[in-house]
Amino acid sequence: MTAVLLQQLVLGVLIGGLYGLAAAGLSLVFGVLKVLNVAHGELIMLGGYGAFWLFALAGVDPFAALGIVVPAAVVLGALLYHGLFAWVVRAHAETRIKNSLLIGFGLGLALHAAAVLAFTADERSVTTEYGGRVLDVAGISVPVVRLASLVLALGITGALHLLLARWKWGRAIRATAEDWEAAAMTGIDVRRAYLLAFAIGTGLAGAAGTLVSVGYSISPSIGLEWTLKALIVVVLAGLGSMLGTFVGGLVLGVAEAVSATVFGGPYREVVGLLIFFLVLVARPQGLFSR
Amino acid sequence: MLEVDGLEAAYGAFPALAGVTLRVGAGEIVALLGPNGAGKTTLIRCIAGLLPPRAGAVRWQGRSLAGAAPHAVVERGIAIVPEGRRLFGSMTVEEHLDLGAFAPRARPERARRREQVYAVFPMLRERRRQVVRALSGGQQQMVAIARALMAVPRLLALDEPSLGLAPRVVDSILAVLGEINRTAGVSILLVEQNVHAALALAHRGYVLESGRVAGEGTAAALLADPHVRQAYLGPLAARA
Repeated sequence: MTAVLLQQLVLGVLIGGLYGLAAAGLSLVFGVLKVLNVAHGELIMLGGYGAFWLFALAGVDPFAALGIVVPAAVVLGALLYHGLFAWVVRAHAETRIKNSLLIGFGLGLALHAAAVLAFTADERSVTTEYGGRVLDVAGISVPVVRLASLVLALGITGALHLLLARWKWGRAIRATAEDWEAAAMTGIDVRRAYLLAFAIGTGLAGAAGTLVSVGYSISPSIGLEWTLKALIVVVLAGLGSMLGTFVGGLVLGVAEAVSATVFGGPYREVVGLLIFFLVLVARPQGLFSR
Repeated sequence: MLEVDGLEAAYGAFPALAGVTLRVGAGEIVALLGPNGAGKTTLIRCIAGLLPPRAGAVRWQGRSLAGAAPHAVVERGIAIVPEGRRLFGSMTVEEHLDLGAFAPRARPERARRREQVYAVFPMLRERRRQVVRALSGGQQQMVAIARALMAVPRLLALDEPSLGLAPRVVDSILAVLGEINRTAGVSILLVEQNVHAALALAHRGYVLESGRVAGEGTAAALLADPHVRQAYLGPLAARA
């Protein structure tokens, strides 16, 4: 039992890193634009297909594909912002959240249907020649690809943290998240901050999707599940700290692994919702939000 | 420099400004007085570009500010110190100063400007790495003013900078405003509830009541005005 639990804990941490990365993009967009992009999971799905087709058609290594998928996702994010969300952010806060839900669900459905048409509903995954390698650490097996994904997810989150802390527009994005009127009166073009935050958030979805396609599997219908995981992590971690969000992802991954091992597989999906509920009741600002 | 002409503004159906006309000249300190709800903050929001007016115009250096976004207003040389300070709670003093110089016009000068601001507020240099949430109310107000000064403004508009501060702190902050005005020639539009202190500092003033200008004049004339004394300096002052 202990060995099984340990094994599951390791797998939980490995998937948790991807939960954290998936949530970072959602958190950035929600924190800055006050818009809940429920199509975030579909953007992750698209990122996954980007990496899958780059591998299948051009033989691009999935980790190297990050260098293509992420910039492409950033551009897609900028287009989606200009085409859809720029209209939403003009509204007041409550109208904004309602309209963003409608637009997000619509976008999610459209992307889902388009992916079924273009890619079929089959489950896919990038199978590299090194994909099956497993490290054996004291009797616990660690899939190499998933370990690399965890390290990359942490690296990307760290880079995002530095970007928000040091870059001129990174600070502007944080200021806009805290108080957009004060940011505007300080001389910041807040619409530009919104655009950048949305584009970066979509880039993060692209990165998460790429990593999902290589260590796990993708299909057109994974979007909602990933949106839900990301949302649970955002609620768990709170807004404002990307590293906190990453840790929140690890917590969810571990909690899922433990409950699946102790109570049985079906409970994997229950624990996240339980966490969602408990955090909202006990600490609505999230665990890591000051 | 700043000309406000027949400005009307409303929040939904609720009128806040009903035709306000006022001027702030180059190098002038102008106090804007009046009770709560008179429209003082609304006027500042219109100047800042946060609230589009229903009618009338705001002109700055001869050109209309109509349709200018708030960041464009800053770029043109008007910096706002908003009511309630509106700092970014999780950021340090230094980060506020850096963001204050976000406007392209102010950006190249920011290192030199920061030294000038630290010279005005030496305490901020000592606390430059502190998160502003940890500072006292007076120190936070200094950060708010310092952030606005980093934009290298020609006009500084302050909305109740003394709110919630101890009298001694208010005096020192108003003294700094006078110094900035004298040494850098920055025009100042000062919204203040503290009428005595405001008129002691200002050259001229306007009294705003129910969205209209109910009185205007030099600081000395306003201090002597029976209505102003009665309404804003208390019954004792009115009799004296």
